[in-house]
Amino acid sequence: MKLNKLIIGASALAMIAGAASAEDMTIVSWGGAYQASQQNAYFDPYMAMHPDVNIITDESSGEAVAKLRAMAEAGNISWDVVDVVAADAMRLCDEGLAMEIDPDTQLAPAPDGTPASEDFGDLLVSECFIPQIVYSTTFGYRTDMVGDTPPSSVCDVFDTETYPGKRSLEKRPIGNMEWALICDGVADADVYDVLATPEGQAQAFAKLDTIKDDVIWWSAGADTPQLLADGEVVMGSTYNGRLFALIEEQHQPVAMLWDAQVYDLDGWIIPAGLSAERQQAALDFVYFATDTQRLADQAKYISYGPARASSAPLVGKHESLGIDMAPHMPTDPANAQHTFLFNYNWWADYRDDLDAKFQAWLAQ
Amino acid sequence: MSDATANGPVLAADGTPLKKSLQRSLRHKKFRALMLIAPLLAFVLVTFVAPIGAMLLRSVENQIVPDTLPRTVVALADWDATSGELPDEAAFAALAADLAEAFDNKTHVKLAIRLNYESPGMTSLFKKTGKAAARRFDPDQPYRQQFIDLRPEWGEVEIWQLLKTYSSRYTNGYFVNAIDMQKTPDGLVMKPDGQRVYMASMLRTLGLTLVITLLCLTIGYPIAFLLANLPMSKANLLMILVLLPFWTSLLVRTSAWKVLLQQQGVVNDVLVWLGVLADDSRLELINNQTGTIITMTHILLPFMILPLYSVMKGIPPYYVRAAKSLGATNWTAFWRVYFPQSIPGIGAGAILVFILSVGYYITPELVGGRSGKFISNWIADFVLKSPNWGLAAALGAILLALVMVLYVLYDKIVGIDNVKLG
Amino acid sequence: MSKLPPYATTGQRIWHYSFLVICGLIFFFLIFPIIVIVPLSFNAQPYFTFTPEMLALDPAGFSTEHYQKFFNDADWQRALWNSISIAPMATFLAVSLGTLAAVGLSQSHVPFRGTIMALLISPMIVPLIISATGMYFFYSQIGIQGTYWGVVLAHTVLGIPFVIITVTATLVGFDHSLTRAAANMGAGPVRTFFKIQMPLILPGVISGGLFAFITSFDEVVVTKFVGSASQTTLPWRMFTGLREQISPTILAVATILVGISIALLTVLELLRRRSERLRGITPS
Repeated sequence: MKLNKLIIGASALAMIAGAASAEDMTIVSWGGAYQASQQNAYFDPYMAMHPDVNIITDESSGEAVAKLRAMAEAGNISWDVVDVVAADAMRLCDEGLAMEIDPDTQLAPAPDGTPASEDFGDLLVSECFIPQIVYSTTFGYRTDMVGDTPPSSVCDVFDTETYPGKRSLEKRPIGNMEWALICDGVADADVYDVLATPEGQAQAFAKLDTIKDDVIWWSAGADTPQLLADGEVVMGSTYNGRLFALIEEQHQPVAMLWDAQVYDLDGWIIPAGLSAERQQAALDFVYFATDTQRLADQAKYISYGPARASSAPLVGKHESLGIDMAPHMPTDPANAQHTFLFNYNWWADYRDDLDAKFQAWLAQ
Repeated sequence: MSDATANGPVLAADGTPLKKSLQRSLRHKKFRALMLIAPLLAFVLVTFVAPIGAMLLRSVENQIVPDTLPRTVVALADWDATSGELPDEAAFAALAADLAEAFDNKTHVKLAIRLNYESPGMTSLFKKTGKAAARRFDPDQPYRQQFIDLRPEWGEVEIWQLLKTYSSRYTNGYFVNAIDMQKTPDGLVMKPDGQRVYMASMLRTLGLTLVITLLCLTIGYPIAFLLANLPMSKANLLMILVLLPFWTSLLVRTSAWKVLLQQQGVVNDVLVWLGVLADDSRLELINNQTGTIITMTHILLPFMILPLYSVMKGIPPYYVRAAKSLGATNWTAFWRVYFPQSIPGIGAGAILVFILSVGYYITPELVGGRSGKFISNWIADFVLKSPNWGLAAALGAILLALVMVLYVLYDKIVGIDNVKLG
Repeated sequence: MSKLPPYATTGQRIWHYSFLVICGLIFFFLIFPIIVIVPLSFNAQPYFTFTPEMLALDPAGFSTEHYQKFFNDADWQRALWNSISIAPMATFLAVSLGTLAAVGLSQSHVPFRGTIMALLISPMIVPLIISATGMYFFYSQIGIQGTYWGVVLAHTVLGIPFVIITVTATLVGFDHSLTRAAANMGAGPVRTFFKIQMPLILPGVISGGLFAFITSFDEVVVTKFVGSASQTTLPWRMFTGLREQISPTILAVATILVGISIALLTVLELLRRRSERLRGITPS
C-alpha cells in the first residue's frame, strides 16, 4: 500500500517534471508595465509567428541570480530566457551561469547590414549580455509643491530649506551614495575613488544624514509614483518609465528632473546548461526580440531607450497616447546633459559591504 | 504473582509462559503503533526535517576555498599569519597554479564572491588575478613580484591572513558575521560601530516581539476573563468575535490595517474629523514600528486569548467565592486567588505568541518600513535578493535555536499534547 | 461575568461597567479591521477610505467594479484557480497521513512518543522563513521546486500539526473497549477503524482538515519560495499587490476571503455542537 503510493507519487512527480515540454519556453522578466511592453512588442508577435511555441512568463527577475544559482546547483534549469540588469548579467556570466553570445553570428545585424556588435557598441558590457534598453533612475517632483523655482539640479534633493517636504529615495546604497558625494563637491569622475575609502563613505553618509529625517525609503518601483500622486513626497527617485506613466498617462502634476540621472542597462541572458534544443529555441527568440524593429517597437509602450543605435530613428509615437516618444527617452540630448553611468565593476566589489553599512546606517 | 514464580511460570492458553506472551503482544502493539505513524514520520522527515537540516549545514560549509585553492591551502599551513611577513614564494606559486586551474573551470569567480563577503574588493582582485594567472604569468619569473605588479593588494599581509583564516572546509565565519563580529589573526573582535547590523536587528526583533506579547497579554487577559465567566451561550457568541479574526487570512488582516493606518486612511480621517488632529499633521502609523506593533498584536491576539480562556474555564469559581466570604475585597480575591491560577494560561499564551511573532516575515515586510524590519526579512533578503546563503543559514540557525528553546519550554510548561485550537 | 449583586457599592459599579466598556473596545479592535474592508471594497472611487457619497449612503458612491475586475482579470483568476487546486490536495494528504499517525500515537505504549509528537508538531512552530528557505534549496535539488507537487507537499507538511492536534484530542476520550469489542466479534482492524473509530473521531478529522485547508489556502511565505510564477496563489498575488501597487481589487478579494472564513467557522461551530451532543456533553 505504502510502496504503491510511493510509486504513484514518484511517477506523478516525474510526469510533472517532464511536463515542461519542448514547446514551452519560460521567459523571466520584471512584471508590471515593463513586462507588458515586452508582451506586446516581443512575446505576442513571436508566438504569432511560431504557433508551436508557448511562452510562459515568470516575474522573478529581481531574484534571478539567486534562483539561477540554485537551479545550477541542482542541475535542473527551468528558465529559457531571463531579463536582467547589466550588473546581474555580468555576475551570472562570471559565475558561468549564463551562456556567452557572439553578437555578430547570433544576433541580427542592423537593416543596413551593420553587424550587431557595432550596432550595440559599448552597451555590450558582458559576453553573455544581450542589451535591450537603456533606462535611468532619476527624480520626479510635484510641480505644485515647489513654489516658483522648480528644482533644476539633483542637489536640490538635499536642499530641504528651499524645497521643504519629504523626498523618497531607494532603500539601497547604489545611486544615493553617488548623488550624495556629487552634491558634496566631489567631481563626477572621482566619485568611485572617493567612495572606495572609509572617509569617502563617511562623507556620503554624512551628506545623507542631512536629509535622513525627510526621506521615505522605497523598495518597489511603484512606490515613488504612488507617493508623488498622493502628495506624500515633494520629490522622489524612481525609474524614468514609471515617471513617464505618472505624468503622461495619469496626468499628475509631476515633472522630471533629469539632472545626474543614473544610467543603467537591461537586457537578456540565456542560462548556461540548457539542452541543445532549448538553447536553439532561446537563441531564436533572442535573435527576433533584439532586432532593430522590435527594439524600436518596445518604445511604443514604455519610455525606455532602445539599446541599438539603428533603432533610435525608428522610435515613433506612443501606441495609445499618440505622443512622440523620443523626447521622453533618457538618452534624448536634452535630457542627457548631465548623466552618470554607474560603475558595475566597482559595485561588484563593494556591494556586499556597502549594503550592510547602508542598512546599519538606516537603522541608527 | 510471587507464588506463580515459585511454582514455575504461569502459562497462557497456547502454552507459552504468560510473561513472554504478554511481552510479545506488547511488542506487537508497539510495532503496530509505529507502523501507523511511520508513513507520516517518513514524510515529515523527508519534506521538512531534511530540508532544514541541509539548509543549516550551509552555515558552516566552506569547501569552496580548499576545493578551489588546494595547493595554496597546503602552502599556507606553515605560514605564521601573525608574523606580519608575506608568505614565501612557494605560496605565491601555489596560488598562481590554483588560480590558473580555477580560471579554466570558471570557479575563481565563485571563490571571489565567497571571499568578498568577508572583505570588499575581493571580487575584482580574484577576477583579474585569475585571468592573469591563466594567461600571462611567466613561470620563470618570481611569482611574488608578478602578483604585486598586477595588483598591489597582493603585497598586503591582510589578504593572506584572510585566505588562511578561511582555508578550512568548515568555518564559523558566517556565524561570526551574524553576531556582528569579525575574525582577525588575533581572534574575534566586534565590528566597528557603523557596521553592526544583524545583532541589532535580532535585538530589535526580540524587543518588538516582547512588546507585542505584552500587549497581547494586556488586552487578551480581560477578554479571556470575560468569556470564561459569562454563561456558555453568551460566551460562545462572543467567542465568534475572537475566532473570526483567527480564521481570517493573514493577508486580509494585513491589508486591512494597511488601508486603515495610511495617512489618508480611515483612522487618520476619523481623528481629523473628530478634531483631534489637524489635517496637515496626520499621524504616521504605517511603514514603521507602530504599524508593525498594531498589526501584529491584532493578528496574534487570538493565540493569546484561546489558551488563556481554556485555562480560566478550568478555574473553579468557589475559591474566589470563599476568599470573598472570608472578607477579601474583589481586588484581593482576584489578585491573590484567581490570578495565580491563571498563570499557566499566561505562560501558554505568552510563549505561543512569542514563538509565532519572533519568526514573522509577511507583516513586517508589508507594514514595517525601515524601523520595523524583523530578522526573518534579512534571511529572506539573503536568500533571494542579495544572495549570501551561508549568512542566511547562520541567521536562520540562531533564530531556530531561539525558537527551539522556547518550544522545549512550552512543552515543559504546557505539554505539546495540550495545545488547543479554537 | 455574573450580574452585579444589588448590594454592590458605587465603586464596584463603576469598575464593572468600565470593565465591560474596555472589553467592548477590545472586541471592536478585533473585529473592526475585518468588517471595515467590506464596505470599502464597494467604493466607486479608487480610494481606501470612505467618500462623502458613501457616508451619505448614496448609491452612486458604491459599485461592484472591483469585483468585476477580480473576476475578469486573468492573473487574479489564475491565482484563484491555483489556490483552489492546491489547498484541497494538500488537505487530503495531510488528513490521510495525519489521521493514521494520530491513531497510532493514541495507542498505549508508543515508544518515543514525546519526541515523535514534538517532531510532527514542529512545522507549526519553526519560523516559516526557515522552513521556506530549507525547502527552497532541498526541493530545487530533487527537482520539484517550482512545480505543483512541490507546493502541495510543502503545504501538506504545514497542515499536518493541526490534524495531529485535533485528531489526538478527540482520541483522548476514546473508549478502547469499543475496538476490542469489535475485534472480539470478528471485525478486522481496517473494518474496526472505519466502522468504530472513524465515526467518533470524524469531527476531529474534519476540523483538522479545515485547519489544514486554511493553512494551505492562506500560506504565502513557503509558496513564494517553493513555487514559481505558475503557482501564484491568491495570498501571494495579494502580497505582490500590497507591495507593488495597492489597488482596491485587493479589498474585493479580501472580502471574498472573509466570506470563506465565515463559512469555515460556521462549519466548525456546527461540528463542535454535534460532537458535544454525541459525547453526551450538553452545552450549558
